Amino acid sequence: MLVLMPWAAIVALWYAIHYSGLVNPALVPAPHAVAERFVELAGQRLPRDVWMSTQRVFLGVALGIAAAVPAGFVLGWYREVRQFIDPLINFFRALPPIALIPLMIVYFGIEETAKVVILFYAAFFSGVIVMYEGIAQISPIYVRVARTLGARDLEIFSRVIVPLTVPHMLTALRVALGVAWATLVASELIAAREGLGSLIQNAANFFLLDIIYVGIICIGFIALAMDVALRLVARRLVAWQDRIA
Amino acid sequence: MKPRISFEGVSVLFGGLKVVDDVSYAIGEREFVSVIGPSGCGKTTMMNIVAGFVKPSRGAVLLDGKPVAGPGPDRGVIFQEYGVFPCLTVKENIAFGLKLAANRAGEAEREEICARYMRLMGLADFADAWPKTLSGGMRQRLAIARAYAVKPEFLLMDEPFGALDAQTRSAMQDLLLAVLAAEGKTVMLITHSVEEAVYLSNRIVVMTARPTRIREIIEVPFGYPREESLHEKPEFGELRSHVRELVMKEYAAQSRLTQEEKT
Ligand SMILES: Nc1ncnc2c1ncn2[C@@H]1O[C@H](COP(=O)(O)OP(=O)(O)OP(=O)(O)O)[C@@H](O)[C@H]1O
Ligand SMILES: [Mg+2]
Repeated sequence: MLVLMPWAAIVALWYAIHYSGLVNPALVPAPHAVAERFVELAGQRLPRDVWMSTQRVFLGVALGIAAAVPAGFVLGWYREVRQFIDPLINFFRALPPIALIPLMIVYFGIEETAKVVILFYAAFFSGVIVMYEGIAQISPIYVRVARTLGARDLEIFSRVIVPLTVPHMLTALRVALGVAWATLVASELIAAREGLGSLIQNAANFFLLDIIYVGIICIGFIALAMDVALRLVARRLVAWQDRIA
Repeated sequence: MKPRISFEGVSVLFGGLKVVDDVSYAIGEREFVSVIGPSGCGKTTMMNIVAGFVKPSRGAVLLDGKPVAGPGPDRGVIFQEYGVFPCLTVKENIAFGLKLAANRAGEAEREEICARYMRLMGLADFADAWPKTLSGGMRQRLAIARAYAVKPEFLLMDEPFGALDAQTRSAMQDLLLAVLAAEGKTVMLITHSVEEAVYLSNRIVVMTARPTRIREIIEVPFGYPREESLHEKPEFGELRSHVRELVMKEYAAQSRLTQEEKT
């Protein structure tokens, strides 16, 4: 029950602003109006929008992380490779994926490919850096211990490095999901027929603020749900980790 | 007696810094040799040569007459920082070596070995606990159990009891003696404690300040098994004073050296 308190507070504040007279009520639709819109849209295009957006995020992040994990292992393990490649990765990581959207549309059109490519880009570069920084920080003592117990290179990799890297994989996934959501909505705002971003963009064209609110709230809750799910998985997978809280 | 581990004119340089200078001594079958010397003189470095992690710049360390080629499960190492795998439970840590191709044991044998060492080290109630929940002393016992499980012929221990309180430390020393009496291993122990060195060893190698050389090798005349009461014997006290005097001089020399380096 207690977890609902801050949400109730936000809704109350929202009502307060709506009825305060300080702003034009037409610019801030009331929560119940947005809720009505939500119910109405839920019977129309909303499920499809949600589905398209989540599906794109999943695909982009899955591909991005699938590439970032092995790349992270190579970069984390071989210092020489890392010194060589690090500036390159930082260069591409510093480019906001959103800035690349127009270019991607030129190359890949406005269909699915462009969006998945851009999300792959966003997920890969945000994920790979978390991965290899994490691997490079694994204390060499564990590798030494394993060697004195008779472990070969492959055994050290699979029995020591990989398990110790699981927390970093999960962090990479969380970071990538966050970046991917932000990027996806931006790319849908620019060019898409379906998806939460396009829902918002279409509504904006007709000044339908309540629909914009529906879209924004959906994005927030889906991102939140993904993060909660991931944290639950993480808690099971890395129960061994010593944490401050 | 044929030496099992022998240092033959070993010198080590790290860049321009000479750390170990022409060290020669041998450890025989089932001997317990302690190495004592000031902090930063090069004890861990010497142990790392035997373990196979550091190559001497000159000279060689021979194992049964052959130069050390690299790390291997014949030499169990207890590191100064225990290196307990945080992502494995107590039991999985002990079983780690037994699942490797180098010394693969069957399921039943593995269970048996794990159970035995957990019992011996007082970890039986913590079989499924994560290392983060263990005390320092328990982690240390876990590191020892893990090293023992693969049945090494040699045991290389780097200040294994350094972080323990006096009571636990004394209990761990007696446990070590008991296990050695039962399993018979050739041991090299690095320590800062004169008391510990005299109580446990056949021989004590006292090292000088850096670059470290052998100051003196002292035979310890007491037989095994040894008991707590040995600490009270006058011969024990005499030997301890003698070793302590030697060691104190070298510790003083090393701190002068460290002071000079700072200025
Ligand atoms: N890999 C390395 N590269 C450069 N210098 C090193 C390296 N390992 C050790 N040293 C230096 O060699 C000297 C001896 O180090 P070592 O760890 O062997 O000392 P120690 O006798 O074990 O000290 P302590 O009792 O404090 O553990 C130190 O001055 C240390 O800085
Ligand atoms: Mg040391």
